[in-house]
Amino acid sequence: MRSSYLPIAIAVAVLAVLPLGTSSNTTLNFLSFALIVALAAQGWNILGGYGGQFSFGHAAFFGTGAYGMALLQVRFGINPWLALPLATLMGAAVGAAIGALSFRARLRGSYFALVTLAFAEVFRILANAWGFTGGAAGVLVPLRIEAANMQFADRATFYWLVLACVAAGLVLTQAMARARFGAWLVAVRENEEAARALGVDSLAVKLRAITLSSGITALAGGLYAQKFLYLDAGIAYGSWISVEALLAPIIGGLGTVFGPLVGALVLLGLGEATKIALGHALGGAVPGVDLVVFGVLLILCVAFAPRGLLGLGANVRRLLRRPV
Amino acid sequence: MSALLQVRGVTMRFGGLVAVDDAALDVAPGTITGLIGPNGAGKTTLFTVIAGFQTANAGSVAFAGEDVTALPAHTRALRGIARTFQIVQPFAGLSVRENIAVGAFLRHPSRGEAMARATAVGEAVGLGPLLDRPAGALTVAGRKRLEMARALATEPRLLLLDEVLAGLNPSEIRDMLPVVRRIRDDGVTILMVEHVMQAVMSLCDTVHVIAQGRMIAHGTPAEIARDPKVVEAYLGHGAARRLAGGADA
Ligand SMILES: Nc1ncnc2c1ncn2[C@@H]1O[C@H](COP(=O)(O)OP(=O)(O)OP(=O)(O)O)[C@@H](O)[C@H]1O
Ligand SMILES: [Mg+2]
Repeated sequence: MRSSYLPIAIAVAVLAVLPLGTSSNTTLNFLSFALIVALAAQGWNILGGYGGQFSFGHAAFFGTGAYGMALLQVRFGINPWLALPLATLMGAAVGAAIGALSFRARLRGSYFALVTLAFAEVFRILANAWGFTGGAAGVLVPLRIEAANMQFADRATFYWLVLACVAAGLVLTQAMARARFGAWLVAVRENEEAARALGVDSLAVKLRAITLSSGITALAGGLYAQKFLYLDAGIAYGSWISVEALLAPIIGGLGTVFGPLVGALVLLGLGEATKIALGHALGGAVPGVDLVVFGVLLILCVAFAPRGLLGLGANVRRLLRRPV
Repeated sequence: MSALLQVRGVTMRFGGLVAVDDAALDVAPGTITGLIGPNGAGKTTLFTVIAGFQTANAGSVAFAGEDVTALPAHTRALRGIARTFQIVQPFAGLSVRENIAVGAFLRHPSRGEAMARATAVGEAVGLGPLLDRPAGALTVAGRKRLEMARALATEPRLLLLDEVLAGLNPSEIRDMLPVVRRIRDDGVTILMVEHVMQAVMSLCDTVHVIAQGRMIAHGTPAEIARDPKVVEAYLGHGAARRLAGGADA
């Protein structure tokens, strides 16, 4: 039983030593950013991958976590170490509320996806207009480098903090997948009617899932705010994070523990590599080229690896093991 | 002896169509009770009302002496009512064992116990060798057994079987009869919808007949086979002969 956590320990150990191999700030920033997206995607994967409820609007939770983190510090003077869990809870509360509204109304499939998208857009427009959130100018968290202030002189330290959250997300996902709640969530995804016949309260299961899911994605948002110390509505509630949180698990492997992490690293890694390569070749940045890479990856996955890279890997291993 | 299940005055309309019309029936504990009737008579609809999947326009359902009419399906499952689906509804992406375990989790919150329970129930209904297969890969007969296994894994007091023999060949049917009987012998009361008359005749203690939404007769299988109302409902002597032939077998 315990050995099912061994792959998590190995993956986290490998990721933990990465900063030792580089002193480049650009690389460390990229790695931190990729792990933040991976964490947001882990949140999405609970509801979308395990629960089969595809959200197009996880930006609503990411943004709430991000704004919560920034505003609790800037407007209320709350210490970031306290602000981060509070921002996580705020995101979870928003998730629970959106879940209660849409799941009680029996929304599923594309209707649910569109409603979440609409919520995220409404939040973006509100945050852009409201003075409290800094409006269109955004909100700046003052620079004060101090561990007690969750701002570190060494970029690797913040990377390790993000990695610790990703590790917690992996352990939580694995524990959930093996628990009764995970089995019920997957049952609801596979066939809600049959699940109810077996005593599963499908509404309660979906509400728990969206609360957990949005909390994790909000935590990623909070880390994002603290990493870059600046937010505006387009960053916090922008559709970019809804898209990346959903693409990473699809490309990595829906409803698997490692899918979001693998997907986020591949997605952002290839996007970044293409940006750099094309930048060199053409002598200037090509805006939006990473989106093209995301699109191509998605098409390739749908065509050749419908169960994601992890599913593809499992198939290849099985082929190799098969006696000739 | 008071009935385990008491259905009173249940009416279910779909638009202008009255699928179930003022239906009443009792199921005595420890019995296998049959519910038969022509296609479209309202049998499945009555099952969905009993199990809490549809709210009837009128009437009440009482289970173990308590009114459960207002309870949702999952709460009725917790009380001890389990159903199978006429159109099988496997969790196609999961293994057979995981499918059954979803049911077992209801009363065994720990994974180890739920899995052990799932294995035991799977073996009892003859799915032993297939437990690690994906449920989507099962044959029709396998899927019917899976429906039963999953429902049984919730450890019900009343099991509603909706045509679990439909689509099986004669030898598969012969294999299933002792399985159903053993479930009853283990203390589970069964209400079964079935078109396979030979099975109804050999398994059921009591049979209720529904036609065009109305309960038209009930009695022992032999009494039902002789009942002219029933013969009429099935429209023609072919049905009467089948019933009589089944009773002799
Ligand atoms: N959800 C629904 N909406 C509209 N009509 C329905 C619905 N469910 C059942 N019906 C209709 O109600 C009637 C009874 O259907 P039901 O499925 O209960 O019959 P049945 O006795 O189970 O038949 P069979 O032996 O073919 O399974 C049929 O005319 C059917 O078309
Ligand atoms: Mg039917």
